[in-house]
Amino acid sequence: MNATVKKRVSNTLTYIGLSILAIIWVFPIVWVVLYSFSAQKGSYISTILPKAWTISNYTKLFTDTSILNFPRMFTNTLIIAICSCLLSVFFTISVAYCMSRLRFKLRKPFMNIAMILGLFPGFMAMVAVYFILQSFGLTEGSMIKVALILVYSAGAGVKFYVAKGFFDTMPKALDEAAEMDGCTKWQIFTKITMPLSKPIIISTTLQAFMAPWIDFIFAKVICRANANEYTVAIGMWQMLDKTYINDWYMRFLAAAVLISIPIAIIFIFMQKFYADGMGGAVKG
Amino acid sequence: MALFKSNPNDEFYTPYTVWNALTKGNWKTRLSAVIMGFGQLAGHRFIKGLMYLGVEALYIYYMVSQGIAEIAALPGLGEAEQGKVWNEALGVYEYTAGDNSVKILLFGIVALFVTAGFIVIWRANMKGAWKAQVLQEQGKPLPTFRQDIARLFDTDIQKTLLTLPVLGILIFTILPLVFMISMAFTNYSKVGQHLVLFDWVGLKNFGEVLNFGSDIGSQFWSVLGWTLIWAFFATFLNYIFGMILALAINRKGTRGKAFWRFCFVLSIAVPQFVSLMVLRSVLQPQGAVNVILQNLGWIDQSLPFFTNATWARVTVIVINLWVGIPYTLLDLTGILQNIPGELYESARIDGASTVTTFFKITLPYMLFVTAPNLIVTFTNNINNFNVIYLLSEGNPTPVGHTAGKTDLLVTWLYKLTIDRQEYNIGAVIGILTFVVLAIVSLVTYRSTGSYKNEEGFM
Repeated sequence: MNATVKKRVSNTLTYIGLSILAIIWVFPIVWVVLYSFSAQKGSYISTILPKAWTISNYTKLFTDTSILNFPRMFTNTLIIAICSCLLSVFFTISVAYCMSRLRFKLRKPFMNIAMILGLFPGFMAMVAVYFILQSFGLTEGSMIKVALILVYSAGAGVKFYVAKGFFDTMPKALDEAAEMDGCTKWQIFTKITMPLSKPIIISTTLQAFMAPWIDFIFAKVICRANANEYTVAIGMWQMLDKTYINDWYMRFLAAAVLISIPIAIIFIFMQKFYADGMGGAVKG
Repeated sequence: MALFKSNPNDEFYTPYTVWNALTKGNWKTRLSAVIMGFGQLAGHRFIKGLMYLGVEALYIYYMVSQGIAEIAALPGLGEAEQGKVWNEALGVYEYTAGDNSVKILLFGIVALFVTAGFIVIWRANMKGAWKAQVLQEQGKPLPTFRQDIARLFDTDIQKTLLTLPVLGILIFTILPLVFMISMAFTNYSKVGQHLVLFDWVGLKNFGEVLNFGSDIGSQFWSVLGWTLIWAFFATFLNYIFGMILALAINRKGTRGKAFWRFCFVLSIAVPQFVSLMVLRSVLQPQGAVNVILQNLGWIDQSLPFFTNATWARVTVIVINLWVGIPYTLLDLTGILQNIPGELYESARIDGASTVTTFFKITLPYMLFVTAPNLIVTFTNNINNFNVIYLLSEGNPTPVGHTAGKTDLLVTWLYKLTIDRQEYNIGAVIGILTFVVLAIVSLVTYRSTGSYKNEEGFM
């Protein structure tokens, strides 16, 4: 009897604890969604739930583009994300393939250098990158997009570790068999390795695609005052600026909801492929 | 000499070295050292030979037209200030272009990089010429240009696949890093008006930053201290609470595991910068939390979430828990499910309590499996720019200081370079952050190495 009571007590305690924690975690998100429909103006919020409801926060985000142009920020980010993710994936996968499947003199040194580079604070060289982009003439007008694409993708070659781990799990016998059949290394890479590494390619793609949406520092340093080239992250930071916050707070929350939806979908996808990817390329 | 001689036992041994080419090559091969591609041209391999020759011509043109002058300007970094000359005829001041030290430094470093690249190509040229000579002497046919291209997609495929990624890393990672590191040895800073013209000052900046007594030095040590405290708490509190949560959800009695997990994982789906900015805005003195609490009559004054140093530090750590625990939960759930059930079974038979099983079985097992990961998290937290900058911006900042009470080394670095244009001090702090990280990772790699030797948990 005593054991059942004890069990019941510990179960109840667990449920109470979990419920409190779940509320702490879920509440802010629900709160943002609710207030993004609030008809109230300004950032002065005095009640837990909004008093009046409207969807104008969402519509204004797309119609009132005079000060902060959300649709343009959105397309900017989308263009940058698509281009930089294509480049990054090519870079990451090529490097990972070379490091995992090929043996050449500079392999070890390259891996060591990549590790050392990873230890420097990411944006330490940001100012220098800015000067370099400036001397290429990429820091004015619409060239800023090119600059941001380069910034997000050019260094992708050093982030090969996860993909290399994946390639390492693929049996070498596959390559050897193909080689015996007279395949060149290029054919092995494009016809055998690539098709088998779909999970890791998709996961790398999605990660690279998400970077421009959530990066804040690089975009801010490179865009500076060029409001036309703002990405979503800087634009939303601007909305919380003292000059804008009164008009834009509710729209900021609406934008937060809008940005979260695609990223949440991507995240769910990524979870699935990530789990698959870790399972190895060839089963049985 | 050891540099040039390859050891025949080496995995990548090749007899075709530059050293052999220079000492054993015939006059054609040796002449390739001066006229690149000569050996190739003499062997009737015109395309390759002309390409080498073209590279040499381009390099010489580049060096003569600008490269030499740029490298020569590096030691002095430019002297001429922007001048004003009175033009009598037009009746206006005409400005003469002065030197710009940043450009001189950047182009000087670029010229050095180009030279290094040229040396790599020159070495390939020498090796190629020597190889061609050896093959000819052995009476073997030389590979045609077509065959060379084919090789780039077969045995030499790494050259094809790595060229662009490596160029990207060189131009956008290594070159800026070298540029930034060299700034640490200059007086490039808004302080003292050295934004256009600056000079090398040796190790002076390092002395200033590391000196307890100086203004910047005292700030550095306090920021470093807080960075380490932050990284420690952010990592381990996250880990411990994440594990407790994972255990609570995964224990036998709990029903609706998937539902609970969903509640916590939901917050990951919201981009980090969005949730951080929302939390920042609601925790302001006039933000939703304070206003609602005041309206409820629970508090009289706004809680100083980001205005009092201790409050701010606790706030960022707590919010980081909110952000981080779901990730820990995801990571640990899988590992928890892998702990062999027999361990718990036998512990139960021996009469061990829940607390004992946790400390004797669960915790050691988890620590063993996740140790390398934990250390990576620790180093990531040292560099955790987003959480600090988006939440508190490093504030509160004492009057007269550049570093706030919640500033990490990285956020301080950002402020110093981007906001205050004290590039030299920023560069020193970047280098010191690297040193801290390098020490942490070195210690860790050693300890994970020792873990590996223990051959598993059992």
